[in-house]
Amino acid sequence: MPDYQTFQHDVLVIGAGGAGLRAAIEASAAGVSVGLVCKSLLGKAHTVMAEGGIAAALGNVDDRDNWKVHFADTMRGGQYVNQWRMAELHAKEAPDRVRELEAWGAVFDRTKDGRILQRNFGGHRYPRLAHVGDRTGLEMIRTLQDHGIHQGIEVYMEHTVLALLKEGERVIGAFGYERERGRFKIFRAKAIVLATGGLGRAYKITSNSWESTGDGLSLAYEAGAELIDMEFVQFHPTGMIWPPSVMGILVTEGVRGEGGILTNKDGRRFMFEQIPENYRTQTADNPEEGWRYCQGDKDARRPPELLTRDHVARCIVREIKEGRGSPHGGVYLDIAWIKEKMPNAAEHIKRKLPSMYHQFKQLADIDITEQPMEVGPTTHYAMGGIHVDADTQMSRIPGLFAAGECAAGINGANRLGGNSLSDIVVFGKRAGEFAAKFAKENSLGQIDNGKIDLVAREAVAPFENGAGENPYSIQRDLQETMQDLVGIVRNESEMRTALEKLKIFSERANRAGVVGHREFNPGWHTALDLKTLLTVSEAITRAALERKESRGAQFREDCPEKDDRFAKVNTMISKAADGSMQVRLDPLPEMPDDLKQVIEEMK
Amino acid sequence: MPTATFRIWRGDAKSGAFEDYSTEVSQGMVVLDAVHDIQAKQANDLACRWNCKAGKCGSCSAEVNGMPKLMCMSRLNDLPLDKPVTIEPIKAFPLLKDLITDVSWNFEVKKKIKKFKPRPPDAADGTWRMAQEDIDRVQEFRKCIECFLCQDVCHVLRDHRKHDEFIGPRFLIYVAALEMHPLDTEDRLEELRKAHGIGYCNITKCCTKVCPENIQITDNGIIPLKERVVDDHYDPLGWIWKKLKKNR
Ligand SMILES: Cc1cc2nc3c(=O)[nH]c(=O)nc-3n(C[C@H](O)[C@H](O)[C@H](O)COP(=O)(O)OP(=O)(O)OC[C@H]3O[C@@H](n4cnc5c(N)ncnc54)[C@H](O)[C@@H]3O)c2cc1C
Ligand code: SF4
Ligand code: SF4
Ligand code: FES
Repeated sequence: MPDYQTFQHDVLVIGAGGAGLRAAIEASAAGVSVGLVCKSLLGKAHTVMAEGGIAAALGNVDDRDNWKVHFADTMRGGQYVNQWRMAELHAKEAPDRVRELEAWGAVFDRTKDGRILQRNFGGHRYPRLAHVGDRTGLEMIRTLQDHGIHQGIEVYMEHTVLALLKEGERVIGAFGYERERGRFKIFRAKAIVLATGGLGRAYKITSNSWESTGDGLSLAYEAGAELIDMEFVQFHPTGMIWPPSVMGILVTEGVRGEGGILTNKDGRRFMFEQIPENYRTQTADNPEEGWRYCQGDKDARRPPELLTRDHVARCIVREIKEGRGSPHGGVYLDIAWIKEKMPNAAEHIKRKLPSMYHQFKQLADIDITEQPMEVGPTTHYAMGGIHVDADTQMSRIPGLFAAGECAAGINGANRLGGNSLSDIVVFGKRAGEFAAKFAKENSLGQIDNGKIDLVAREAVAPFENGAGENPYSIQRDLQETMQDLVGIVRNESEMRTALEKLKIFSERANRAGVVGHREFNPGWHTALDLKTLLTVSEAITRAALERKESRGAQFREDCPEKDDRFAKVNTMISKAADGSMQVRLDPLPEMPDDLKQVIEEMK
Repeated sequence: MPTATFRIWRGDAKSGAFEDYSTEVSQGMVVLDAVHDIQAKQANDLACRWNCKAGKCGSCSAEVNGMPKLMCMSRLNDLPLDKPVTIEPIKAFPLLKDLITDVSWNFEVKKKIKKFKPRPPDAADGTWRMAQEDIDRVQEFRKCIECFLCQDVCHVLRDHRKHDEFIGPRFLIYVAALEMHPLDTEDRLEELRKAHGIGYCNITKCCTKVCPENIQITDNGIIPLKERVVDDHYDPLGWIWKKLKKNR
């Protein structure tokens, strides 16, 4: 075996978004040595793009808010298939994590009395999202990054992990390459935290960056961990749709939180037409009441535009399918209308939604203070991911932890907006804490050179294929297949076809060829990402087939209703001994009575 | 569909040249779309950085027709397409490959700036009170997406290569954001003058002109900092008084 450069840490964190950074900070504060690996430069991870805010029941704007309401909202939004313990910890700990960000230098928007301001978001009963205009993710990642660099964390930027290394059952290291020179590297560690984010790149229309190829899920799966809830992929109702080059770019829910309304080509506010039973008592009866809610009237109920994302996305699809869409195949999102209601509306919009204003002005020649936006659903977030213990964030592989979007359980069948930024810091911290503890109790393991040889040989194969298949074409075909066959509206026969196609893509991926050398070669990187994309795409499809009902983000036109048989189970995906992908249904953990009561009280 | 020619720098620190690629252009396209299209169909190994494609991450900095720009926010219909559009890497940092430069210096510089040090919390629950108008300025600076375009155009770095003595506009406003943070109690003025080389800035305002976040780097950041440094230097007691007032 060639001599690969080897690095050694107590805890290795893979991923430098909010979850990875928070985990690294916590672990290093516990006194262990920490390595942090990421595919892009530091501070560019997906978290930087988050817009609307971070959900935490601080109660600064409405003092009726507390962790119980947040917990109940999260469970209701997730259609009660969430891991209750994660939802509980999340609701209880989020406020501390937000205050801690402030102590580390974050500058959130303020209330009149100088406290952290909170805004309305879909599915949250009270204004709950701490925010900085519409660039909350930037504020968070910068705060964590700037705090973290003074903690002695060793950062490996532009490095991609290709495989986890094990000794017996335990994980003891990782193997990957650096983008700059294309050299392979070995990372030895006593504990590993996966914080690799999402998988939106499995779809053609997505708000996610090139990084979101589900690497952590695939790494964990290959190492023997289980994936949970993979069928639940969140399609955010409002992505940009025009011009074609901006298709999928997110339009924050904050627009609706500030009073934005959805209309069809006839100018009808169609969201009033269908309000789900379990939200009826919480939803406004008329536009007037909805507006009062957005203005902070505590007696008003929220407008239907702020129902959960799964529902709003489906209503938009219905309008489009039934021929009431906008010229470019979406619907209208209008914030300009608020000028009927307030004097300085244009200024207000620019102040509250500066990057949306900028984004539409610059990319679509639309002035959102004057004109409505055209929007449609975009693949946004993975509710599914690595199954972990709620308290410690450890997977079923000893020493392998996961946090953030790549871990799963808290969101159930649908995530509420704002709950991810809080999830990543709440569980990032926990993962860091327990990984450090694990590292202190365990020693370094022995690296298996045979495994490394195998991974390295597979990784350079595309160079030997020379002018084989273009990796970008395979990636595009895969994305189109997932978009068309395993998208917002699903059925069994299309998903079976998708599985057949995935098999063919997998063969094509083996023939993928790249030109040039190993130094910063995006063609090569794209070829290597195909493997993880294929794994997560298959997992999504198999889980979606198994859940023969419609719930939350999963809508099956062949089983359009909720089905009690699936009300208390999660899908679990794992790799069988023969290398095939297995799905099973796992009963939900029983919720303790006190939490059941909380849910009853909040109904 | 009409086509356009893109003249893209290909090569590394040792050697390289511009190469022409032509590709179809459609409505609304930005420069990054063209680069991606060329990458996917004609030059799989063309190196460029990007993440958000919406001007939020600051990864895709390059010089487009000689102007420092975010490729993802540069619309093709704002460029003359009758002649080739040149795309080349930024110049203030060492070239790695094609459109990618080694920006690691920036990360090292930041580490040397003293971190945020808040005053004790104002309330028993460990929180602080700040008025919105007192943080507007700090929030303006914190909009920075670390694209380093301002570093690229600053002559002190670009032409005079004073990387060892001057932290550049990005980090001057980083210091400004810390110094003007209502809760911060640290003093960074001595370093600003010495190690950070604020004196090298002669207020040409080139940095402000290229900032994609429209941060008023010079007027709102560097000039007030320069004033504080001067005050501090000639009137240390006066400065302490101000600092105390700030942390009242
Ligand atoms: C446009 C947009 C707006 C959003 N707005 C909000 C919002 O307002 N509120 C909210 O709560 N949520 C929001 N979200 C969701 C939220 O931003 C993400 O879910 C969250 O930031 C994920 O954080 P993370 O730390 O888990 O992962 P990420 O921030 O995605 O970071 C993943 C990290 O893992 C690294 N990585 C991945 N694979 C590898 C590998 N193989 N080797 C090494 N490193 C690897 C990446 O380089 C990166 O550093 C938004 C999402 C988008 C796209
Ligand atoms: S104003 Fe100062 S920092 Fe900005 S470009 Fe000119 S010399 Fe550089
Ligand atoms: S100050 Fe502006 S130009 Fe400079 S790095 Fe920040 S965003 Fe870029
Ligand atoms: S890709 Fe993020 S700023 Fe251009």
